Amino acid sequence: MTVYTPDANTPAARPRTYIEAGYTLRSWLLTTDHKRIAILYMISITGFFFLGALGAAAVRLELLTPKLDLLHADGYNRAFTLHGVVMVWFFLIPSIPTVFGNFLIPLMIGARDLAFPRLNLLSWYIYVLGGLFTAYVLVAGGVETGWTLYTPLSTKYAPGHTVMAAAAIFVVGFSSILTGLNFIVTIHTLRAPGMTWFRLPIFVWSHYATSVILVLATPVLAMALILLALERALGIGVFDPDLGGDPLLWQHLFWFYSHPAVYIMVLPSMGVVTELVTTFAKKRVFGYEFVAFASIAIAIIGFLVWGHHMFVAGQSMYASMVFSFLSFLVAVPSAIKVYNWTATLYKGQLDLRAPLFYAMGFIGLFVFGGLTGLILASLALDVHAHGTAFVVAHFHYIMVGGAVSAYLGALHCWWPKMTGRMYSEFWGRISALLIFFGFNITFFPQYILGWLGMPRRYHSYPPEFQSWEVLSTAGAVMLGVGYLLPLVYLLWSLRYGPRAPANPWGASGLEWRVPSPPPKHNFEEIPVVSWEAYDYPPPQEEQG
Amino acid sequence: MTTAPFVRPEQQQEANHLGIWLFLATEAMMFGALFFALTVVRLRVPEGVRVASGHLDKLLGTVNTGVLLTSSLLVALAVSAARRGRQERTAGLLAGGAGLGVIFLAIKAYEYQKEFSEGLMPGPGFRLHDHPGAELFFNLYYAATGLHAVHLTIGVLLMLGLSARVLGGYLRLPERAESVELPGLYWHTVDIVWVFLYPTLYLVSG
Amino acid sequence: MPRGESATFVLVWAALMALLAATVGVSFLHLGSWNTVLNLGIAVAKTVLIVWFYMHFRRTRPLVRLAGATAPLWLAILFGLALSDYLTR
Repeated sequence: MTVYTPDANTPAARPRTYIEAGYTLRSWLLTTDHKRIAILYMISITGFFFLGALGAAAVRLELLTPKLDLLHADGYNRAFTLHGVVMVWFFLIPSIPTVFGNFLIPLMIGARDLAFPRLNLLSWYIYVLGGLFTAYVLVAGGVETGWTLYTPLSTKYAPGHTVMAAAAIFVVGFSSILTGLNFIVTIHTLRAPGMTWFRLPIFVWSHYATSVILVLATPVLAMALILLALERALGIGVFDPDLGGDPLLWQHLFWFYSHPAVYIMVLPSMGVVTELVTTFAKKRVFGYEFVAFASIAIAIIGFLVWGHHMFVAGQSMYASMVFSFLSFLVAVPSAIKVYNWTATLYKGQLDLRAPLFYAMGFIGLFVFGGLTGLILASLALDVHAHGTAFVVAHFHYIMVGGAVSAYLGALHCWWPKMTGRMYSEFWGRISALLIFFGFNITFFPQYILGWLGMPRRYHSYPPEFQSWEVLSTAGAVMLGVGYLLPLVYLLWSLRYGPRAPANPWGASGLEWRVPSPPPKHNFEEIPVVSWEAYDYPPPQEEQG
Repeated sequence: MTTAPFVRPEQQQEANHLGIWLFLATEAMMFGALFFALTVVRLRVPEGVRVASGHLDKLLGTVNTGVLLTSSLLVALAVSAARRGRQERTAGLLAGGAGLGVIFLAIKAYEYQKEFSEGLMPGPGFRLHDHPGAELFFNLYYAATGLHAVHLTIGVLLMLGLSARVLGGYLRLPERAESVELPGLYWHTVDIVWVFLYPTLYLVSG
Repeated sequence: MPRGESATFVLVWAALMALLAATVGVSFLHLGSWNTVLNLGIAVAKTVLIVWFYMHFRRTRPLVRLAGATAPLWLAILFGLALSDYLTR
C-alpha cells in the first residue's frame, strides 16, 4: 500500500524548502531555524556515536581473550571511560531531543519555530564546545575512572585528565539545560489554536517530561562536577573522610542527576515508539491519557530512585529499602506504556517497514532490560549482581536495544520529511534485523557472564568465561555492521533516493501535512486544529 | 512588540516569564546541591564546622546581608519605575542596586583579605588544623561565596548595562519594562542565595 | 497601583531588616540545634517576602508560579531522600 503521490514535488511546483533557503556555510552556522539546527546536531552526534563505538570496539576486542594482551590496563580503563562518557553525554542524552525534538516539535504543535530560536543555536554551540573539550581529553590521553567518576578514585588516585573531562561534561550539560528550557516554553506557549494538550502527539508529551528532567536534574550534576574538580585540583576534602567529607556524597549528587538522566535517554525513545507504532499500525494509540500521564509519572518517580545505584556502597540499609521500593514503583508507568503499545499494534494494519521493525525491537528489548532492572532493584539480588556484567547488560538493553533502536527508527520514519528523499526499504530492513540479532548476541551473554561473576570494567577473566565473551564480541561485529549500513544507504539516498511526498506513510500529525522537506516557515498558515491526535485515517489533505 | 515565532504579544510575554523562572529554577537546583554538601559536612564534622564558622566576621556578614537586601529593594523599585515609564528614575535605581552589589563585593574582598591574614585561608598558612573539618568548611565557604560572587558580578554588569540603556533612551519605558523586570528577577535570586548562605556559613555556632 | 507598590516594597524592606535583626538576636541565644531551625526559618521567611513581593509572584501566571515552585520541591527531594541515608547510617 503505497501512498507516494507523484504530484507536486517538482522544484517548480513546491515552495522553497528550508534546505534551499541558503547554501552558504554561514547560513547554516548562523541559522536560527530549528530544522537546520536539528541537522547540525544530527551530524555532530553521529560523529560522537562512532567515536564512542570505537571505545566499545577496543573493549570488546580486548575481552576476546582472558588475559590483558591488546591494551595496557590503563588503556583499557580509558577505552571504557571514553565509551561511557561519549555515549551518555554526547550521544544518548542529546540524540532524540536535539535531532527529532528540535525538528519536529514546532511542526507537531503547529508553530513556526521554538520559543527561543537563538538560544537553540547557542545550545548547539555549547554542545560543540563540550565536544572540543572531550576531544582534547581524548588526544591528551583520556580518563581512567569510568563515566561515573567515583571518588576517591577520580579525585585522588586516577591518573589522567579528570578535571578536563569534568569541564567537558559541565559545558555540555548547559547545552541540554537550554534545550529542555526551550522545549518546555515552546510546548506551553506556541501550540496552534485548537491544539490542546490532549491533542498533542505523545512524542511531544515525552519531550515535555524529558525537558522537566533536563532542567531540574542537570544543575545538580554541574555542582557535583565543580566540587569534583575542586577536590581533585585543590584537595578541598568534600569527598575525603579524613578531612570531614564523604565519598558517598559524590555518589548521591552524581546519581541524583544520572538516574533521571537515564529517563532523559529513554523517555524521548518511548515517545518515538508511540509515533512509530501508531504510524505503521495505522491506529490510534491505545489509552492516550494513560500514555501521556505515564511519561510525566516516569519523569517524577525517576527522581526518587537514585539510591539503587548505591546499595552496596555503604548507604544506610533503611534508605536502601526506601529506594528499592520506589524503584519498583517506577516500573509501573513503563509497563503501562508497553501494554498500550502492544494493544495499539493488536489488530492494526501493520506496514512492516524498517521503522516498525525498530519499534517492535524496542518493545521486546526494553521489556527485557526493564525486567532485569527489577532484579537489580531488589536489594538482595543486587548484592550479587552489582558491579558485574549483568548490570552492563541491563542498561545496554535499555540504552542500545531501546534508545538507539528508537533513534534509528525515528531516523528512518522522518528521513523523508527531513531530507525529502526515500531511503531503501530493503537495506533498512536488513540493518534493523542485523541490529536486533547482533544486539542480542552481544548483550545476552553478558547477563550470563555477570550472573556467573564477571565484573564490569575488568580486562581479564577466568578462562571458562571465554566462550561467552567471544560470542559477545562476535555479536558486536554484527551490530557494528548494522550501524554502519544506514550511514551508507541513507547518505546514498540523499542523491539517488526517490523524492518523498509530504506524507509517505499516510500518517497523522501536523508534520506530515507540510511538504518534504518543509519550507523554512513550516506552515503557509498556522493550522487551526479541530481533530484528535492519531486521527486514523487522517483527513485528506493536499500533498506537497 | 512581538517577534517570530510568536504571534501575539501575550504569548511572547508568557514565554519570556516562563523562560526566566525555569532558568532561575536551575540556579536554585545548582546552589541547592551546594547547600546539600554543606549540610552533609555539618552533620559529619559538627565541631570543626562550628569552630570554623565562629571565626567568620559575623558583623561584616550581617552588614553584607543588609546591603544585598537593600539592593533588592532598589531593583524592585526600579522595576516599578520602569512600568510607570520613568526613564531616569529607573536608570538611577538600577545603578543604585548595582552600586550596592559592588559594595557587597568590596566588603567580601575585605573579608577574604582579613581571613587570609588571620590564617583562615586553606593552604600553607591555615591555623585551625586542630579541628577536623575546619579546613573543609573554609574550602566550601570560599567555593560557595566565590560562586555567589561570580553570579553577583554578572548581576551587577547586567544592571549597569540596563541602566545605561535606559538612560540612553535605547529601552523605551514603559513599553520595554519587561526588559528591566526579567533581569531583576535574576538579581533577587542571587539575593535569595545569599539569604541562605548567611546563616549556613556565618551563624553555625549558636 | 505602581505608586502604592513602591510603598509596599519599602515596607517589605523594613520587614526584611527586622528579620535580619531577629537572626542576629537569635544568634545570641543558645538553643542548640533550634538555632539552626530558627535561622533557616527566618531565611525562608525572607525568601517568601522577596519572591512574593519583589519578584511579583502574586501577579505571575499560575503556570509560571508552578515552574518557580518546582525548585524548592525538588530540593526537598534531594535533601529528604539523601538525608534518609545520612541520618540512618
